[in-house]
Amino acid sequence: MHNYLQIENAKMVFDTKKGKFTALTDINLNVQQGEFIALIGHSGCGKSTLLNLVAGLTEATEGVLLLSEKEIKGPGPERGVVFQNHSLLPWLTCFGNVHLAVERVFGAKESRAKLKERTQAALDLVGLSHATHKHPNEISGGMKQRVGIARALAMEPKVLLLDEPFGALDALTRAGLQDELMRIVKETHATTLMVTHDVDEAVLLSDRIVMMTNGPAATIGEILDVDLPRPRDRLKLAENPAYHHLRGQVLEFLYQKHLKKAA
Amino acid sequence: MSAVTLNDSSLKEIMNSPDTLPLPVAAPAKPRPVPFLETERGQAFSEGIGKFFRAVLPPIIGIVLFILLWQIVSSSGGEQGLPGPAKTWASAQELFADPFYDNGPNDKGIGWNILHSLYRVGAGFGLAALVGIPLGFMIGRFAFLAGMVAPIISLLRPVSPLAWLPIGLYVFKETEPASLWVIFISSIWPIILNTAAGVSRVPQDYLNVARVLNLSEWKIFTRILFPSVLPHLMTGIRLSIGVAWLVIVAAEMLTGGTGLGFWVWDEWNNLNVEHILIAIFIVGIVGLLLEQLLVMIANRFNYE
Repeated sequence: MHNYLQIENAKMVFDTKKGKFTALTDINLNVQQGEFIALIGHSGCGKSTLLNLVAGLTEATEGVLLLSEKEIKGPGPERGVVFQNHSLLPWLTCFGNVHLAVERVFGAKESRAKLKERTQAALDLVGLSHATHKHPNEISGGMKQRVGIARALAMEPKVLLLDEPFGALDALTRAGLQDELMRIVKETHATTLMVTHDVDEAVLLSDRIVMMTNGPAATIGEILDVDLPRPRDRLKLAENPAYHHLRGQVLEFLYQKHLKKAA
Repeated sequence: MSAVTLNDSSLKEIMNSPDTLPLPVAAPAKPRPVPFLETERGQAFSEGIGKFFRAVLPPIIGIVLFILLWQIVSSSGGEQGLPGPAKTWASAQELFADPFYDNGPNDKGIGWNILHSLYRVGAGFGLAALVGIPLGFMIGRFAFLAGMVAPIISLLRPVSPLAWLPIGLYVFKETEPASLWVIFISSIWPIILNTAAGVSRVPQDYLNVARVLNLSEWKIFTRILFPSVLPHLMTGIRLSIGVAWLVIVAAEMLTGGTGLGFWVWDEWNNLNVEHILIAIFIVGIVGLLLEQLLVMIANRFNYE
């Protein structure tokens, strides 16, 4: 297994009105193909900043990011991003939103019929076959997030980047989408990087949990291997002592070693 | 008391015996008709009526009071006072009986005058949109250009529209292009400013989507910038047509020939005060209809 996504000595400094602000420093991370990584930490620790570096939306001040041995320079369709607030275009239907991505990636070499087929397949994959021609304001928050996932997946990205994708959803909808995401990742073998602040979500979904220290100048504190067998079932895990042990380790990191001082 | 066992045959016997009186069969009770207002539909009906009156009554009372006030003002002036509502109404009926007559250059039906004014507003505004919308997009997209034109716009925008009329007359040597020029210059500012504001307020999320998908400039414009700016653009169009309609009456008073403004001035020279009052109503009503039409179009493009 070679390192698919490599982050070496990444540092991110923002210019703000109050001067320079170091958000991230000394970030070193190697991700293997097909791996599911969760980034967890208190809010403001720069986990979304790290995701944006991989997405190419911001450029690292120092250090190198490589994806299958090519340097990441700017955003690109080989990295599919699912945004925290879904970011669907309200004037396009679900189909239109996904088709926009499909058209961009495959439009040059495939027929129109094939592009439509791809779009429909992506919507089918996230269980939205029935909402194809609805506009985003006609569907629920959970469904919008599914369209966001479909849009990212339809591009057949090398890496799927999820920025707190289920943060704004209620607990029941979130659980449903987590199960859905596990199924999709299994079907597509996507390499996934997911930002979350939900400990259960991190343990349930990921192969490794990257725990980040508090900012400013946040870095990777510990990396926890989640060696629970797959497929994982949330009900069975509830009785699994290994699951509780892992959960306890993440909580200990967040609330004992790196408790955020009350603002 | 001896026990009687009831079975099929004994039951038949009892029923057939002459001592057994048939029970009077009660006529199926007619359900008492529920008063209409107590039914669900009736409730909805009375609620609807209530809503209707609450919505319609205040404006009607307002209009009636306004007409009364008008009547009082006109009758208190005696012979020299303003024409009252009844007199104005009669005059309006006469006027609208034949709106499209044409007796030469200075004597045309009211319909022609309205259409001429609308045409000038449409043409002047159309030119303003043709120049203002692309300019607004460029100003919103390129900060450098915005910095360049900002002082010019701030300087020229507060100028009274009619101050541009002599410039138009001097440059074009004719009244028709001069009045279009006045409409153009007074209605272009809201279009430019609202379009530019819309472009600079395109949500960062949408632009991030564009970057992640690596969309071409053309796709960014057609799929993200334009639809996102459209509501702002519609506001700009509404404001600028509103201004254009305000300005056209004044401009036509000065340039003459045709149009509502010319007609008002002409009737002032004829001392036909009823017609001036009618003109005021027409200007108001046409302005209101234009505004409503544009609001309707704007709502079509509201995606919230």
